[in-house]
Amino acid sequence: MADSAQFDESALVARAKAGDDLAFTELISHYERRIFRLAKHITQSDEDAEDVLQESFMKAYSNLEGFQGNSKFYTWLVRISVNEALMKLRKRKTDRSVSLDEELDTGEDTVVREIAVWEETPEQKYSQEEMRGILDQAIGSLEPIYRVVFQLRDVEELTTEETADALGITIPAVKSRLLRARLQLREKLTRFFQKKGDDVFAYL
Amino acid sequence: MTSLPTCKDFLQELSEFLDETLDAATRKELEQHVNDCPNCWVVMDTTRQTINVYKGMEPQEIPQDMHSKLMDALKKKIAAKKCGGHHPEAPAPDNS
Repeated sequence: MADSAQFDESALVARAKAGDDLAFTELISHYERRIFRLAKHITQSDEDAEDVLQESFMKAYSNLEGFQGNSKFYTWLVRISVNEALMKLRKRKTDRSVSLDEELDTGEDTVVREIAVWEETPEQKYSQEEMRGILDQAIGSLEPIYRVVFQLRDVEELTTEETADALGITIPAVKSRLLRARLQLREKLTRFFQKKGDDVFAYL
Repeated sequence: MTSLPTCKDFLQELSEFLDETLDAATRKELEQHVNDCPNCWVVMDTTRQTINVYKGMEPQEIPQDMHSKLMDALKKKIAAKKCGGHHPEAPAPDNS
């Protein structure tokens, strides 16, 4: 595993493009965990996520010469992986197609049901495994159009523009879906993390 | 905003408020609202924590056999490229 302090993405990409296959294996080792998590969150399946992981890196390897370096290699890799993951998702959902172009009802009020403050350090209340389970389950329960945007913006930390570009949707669509996703996750997590015996009216 | 923001206005702008991408005037108005409105303050604070908790979660290591399969697939790809990738088109014979 490459040490992130010594990890120099652009140098590795330059070496890989020049035919140094070892450099490409270092890129894999550095990013495989994040790509697998991304694929798992989108497809909600270990098996599909493993396929996506492999197909994404193989595509990246085959198309490396075409990578222009206008964006970071990781952003480019994420874009490939998202496309692969969405293809898997569409294949599986034969009854109902998964479309990222789906029109969003922006006129509808944003729903906020749970208003309760959280424990100051919810991560101390749960083990890391429990915490991971809670977060994964919450993200998995979102509609794909929301969870993909949340994943790219808030987990992978792509910019709004990069997310719009990766998904082929508009910037306003990214923003409105991100807001919905964040609020829905907030609702779900409040059930786990809310401070017991406390409610907002105590502050009034 | 021409009039004082409502809770609904605040919610609509919540993402941009948290991402600090609003213009200074709108931000100031929303700050005033959230400081005076306990409900909006809780929603803002717990949404911020929601984002942070996801950002702070390190991805798990992938199983060793998954990593090995990935490396094997790459080796095959490299081998295929090395065997099949060296057939540059022959220049057209100049017989004229």
